[in-house]
Amino acid sequence: MATLSHEPLDAAAATAALQRRDCGAVLTFLGTTRDHHDGRHVTRLSYEAYEPMALRELEALERESCERFEIEACTVAHRLGEVPPAEPSVVVVVASHHRGPAFDACRWVMDELKKRVPIWKKETYAEGGEEWVSGTKLEG
Amino acid sequence: MQLNVLFFAQARERAGVSSAILTLPEGACVRDALDALVREHADLAPLRAHLAVAQDGVLVRAADALRDGAELALLPPVSGG
Repeated sequence: MATLSHEPLDAAAATAALQRRDCGAVLTFLGTTRDHHDGRHVTRLSYEAYEPMALRELEALERESCERFEIEACTVAHRLGEVPPAEPSVVVVVASHHRGPAFDACRWVMDELKKRVPIWKKETYAEGGEEWVSGTKLEG
Repeated sequence: MQLNVLFFAQARERAGVSSAILTLPEGACVRDALDALVREHADLAPLRAHLAVAQDGVLVRAADALRDGAELALLPPVSGG
């Protein structure tokens, strides 16, 4: 089940939720906030979303990943609002019978998330100033 | 017709508002809405070519027709993850 949350993401709980008897692989990816970008020191990161559409797109990614890859389950959670450095802003968990498809599916989900989910990241810099991170134009 | 316009990220900051009611003639399309919004919020002009637009949560193109009462969202390039 896809989630958008203003609270810290619980990767351990998300992982445990997908452990099952028929799966030999449960893969968890954490996208964490980084304290530098293009040589600048980032002191603050915050995320904003068009929430109803973002949630639908995350749900579509979960569904489509199960159709495209030999995996049994996928969940995606994205955090919104301010995220302190080193904390996860996104958690993807994939469960599959064997590990190969889990790695492939996880990479695909993250690549697609960055292209088609209406979420925006803003960075504030130690040197002063703030910027919306340059992103990808949504295509219909 | 009336539309409820939502502004996100750079679009919100450039417009100075997060939402607005936009009134357009019957038969207006997405391009007409963008024209009107850029007239009203000149700072949106540099962002216009980079904006995607969703009507009631579904991406639409410049020539697509607008529906009275719809929610129109201005979506700058996305950078989630």
